[in-house]
Amino acid sequence: MRAADLSAPASLSRSAGPVLDVQRIKKIYGQGETEVQALRGVSLTVERGDYVAIMGSSGSGKSTLMNILGCLDIPTTGRYLLDGVDVSRLNDRQLALVRNRRIGFVFQAFNLIARTSALANVELPLAYAGVKSAERRRRANLALAMVGLAERADHEPNQLSGGQQQRVAVARALVTAPALVLADEPTGNLDTQSTNDVLAVFDRLSASGRTIVLITHEPDVAERAKRLIRLVDGRIVQDERLK
Amino acid sequence: MNIFETIRFALRAITANKLRSSLTVLGILIGVAAVILLVAVGNGSAQQVQQQIESLGTNTLTVTAGGGGGARSAAATTSTALTMDLVPALEDKAEAPHVRSVSPVVTGSQSATYEGTDHTIAQFVGTYPGWVAASNFKVDKGALFTDEDVAGSRKVVVIGKTVAEELFGTVDPLSKQITVAGKLFTVVGVLADKGGTGFSDPNDVAVAPVTAVQESLTGYGSLNQILVEATAPGDVSDAQGEVTAILNAKLNITGSSTTAYRIQNASQLLETRANTAETFTLLLGAVAGISLLVGGIGITNIMMVTVTERTREIGIRKALGAPKRTILTQFLVEATVLSLIGGLLGVAAAVIGSRFTIVSIKPVIVPSSVVLALGFSVAIGLFFGSYPASRAAGLRPIEALRYE
Repeated sequence: MRAADLSAPASLSRSAGPVLDVQRIKKIYGQGETEVQALRGVSLTVERGDYVAIMGSSGSGKSTLMNILGCLDIPTTGRYLLDGVDVSRLNDRQLALVRNRRIGFVFQAFNLIARTSALANVELPLAYAGVKSAERRRRANLALAMVGLAERADHEPNQLSGGQQQRVAVARALVTAPALVLADEPTGNLDTQSTNDVLAVFDRLSASGRTIVLITHEPDVAERAKRLIRLVDGRIVQDERLK
Repeated sequence: MNIFETIRFALRAITANKLRSSLTVLGILIGVAAVILLVAVGNGSAQQVQQQIESLGTNTLTVTAGGGGGARSAAATTSTALTMDLVPALEDKAEAPHVRSVSPVVTGSQSATYEGTDHTIAQFVGTYPGWVAASNFKVDKGALFTDEDVAGSRKVVVIGKTVAEELFGTVDPLSKQITVAGKLFTVVGVLADKGGTGFSDPNDVAVAPVTAVQESLTGYGSLNQILVEATAPGDVSDAQGEVTAILNAKLNITGSSTTAYRIQNASQLLETRANTAETFTLLLGAVAGISLLVGGIGITNIMMVTVTERTREIGIRKALGAPKRTILTQFLVEATVLSLIGGLLGVAAAVIGSRFTIVSIKPVIVPSSVVLALGFSVAIGLFFGSYPASRAAGLRPIEALRYE
């Protein structure tokens, strides 16, 4: 798998700066007495090619951080630069574009579209990006080959095991050659064998220079990353380089 | 993401839940089919009425004597009975240029026998030869009696199809003699079958020279009616004016309101009937339209369920970068495709249904009702689909993804 095969469209020029640049982000849910501070001022910079694991118990704010990083949610205060672009200033349509071109999602629940073949699932972000059908198919097949599921392209999600579904989801996340692959507990629903399969794919992605941010609460999953960030009560309490 | 791609997504979503989609389609199908079919039934009955009236002849005027009491005050000096004297006056080309022919009519039901076979002829008409053409009859076999026959009071008769069948069966009636009220009439012709499915059989008729009928059957009293044929359907009202003027002069009528005689105009009758039929069609169409509306609400319902059920899928699509517009289009296309399929199947069902006779009416499909019903069903898809679609498109990805 050559990185060039999944290169982004030429129109998306990239800055040389960090992929993620988060400054003093706060997220507050509710108002008055029911107010909950999910994030209490998080600052974080992730360089290109890094492999970051974010750990924390439930309620630590890691999912909120993940949603903000993925442009699915907006922070209450603070600045967030994704690939050099200030996403807090973008409108709905531009955010959709950013999610499509610069971020690849891997969810805990796989979130594949039911009754749709693996290939069509992987093609979906390319379809929204306006890539032509033949090119789309070629790139989707490459992405599926990369996660080792080339021969399962025609299978629908319910014909695949959990691990295979998650690998399809990974293929879908990287098919647009995004600046950032965001994985939210990708192994949370998987057995040991499937976990290893999926993590092996992440290792290969990291080796080929992709930037990965992975959220987990399993220490052995976090250990495979290059950098570990621990989140407690909406604050970063630990940030160490593992490799 | 082009529109074809979106349509493909929509079609895939529709086929993913076949039972539900087909039930939705059924609602629209019934609505569209009902609109087209009921309008066709209304139209069919209108055409039927029109044919019946046209078979009487649309360019004819029928003059009948007015009712007794009221007539006396308007024309106290003379009798209001129609007589043979009026006929030459009405035939005057100078005074009545729009009149083609005038036929005096004495009519009544008469029993006729032929070699022991007995049949009561509903309409035994004594008239001039011109009456046959003016009444839209044609001679099938033999020939019509002539003006000479009228002048000579010859007892000849042209019989209708029903009479021929009843009296003669398979025997050729030409030149045979039938007995009518004890008098012998020679059959010289048989009229062609005249269409029309009214209450009375138009073929149960016999036509003889007026002079012969008066001489042998009715006596030289007054005429039952005078049939006036105008030169063209468009000249009917002119002819009516001329006939009115001549009759007023002849019968010494001065008052404006005359009940001495009545002139019936077939085209007026036609117009009235056509209006009634139109109202009838409109009513049927409105009832059917309501069922189409109900079908449309069915679409909204099913699309709402679809949106709720697929909230998570919408969240995934949004996370993958689907713009609002694409989601909106997809759901709109889904609703429209459902209603369009329902509409097309409804048209097919209506076309098939119109081949059958419904409550003794042969439906005639109005092309504009097909276009209207189909267009309306698509509009319903767009209209009733737009609320669920905009709700789907407006979902925030984070909430949609959390939805279980």
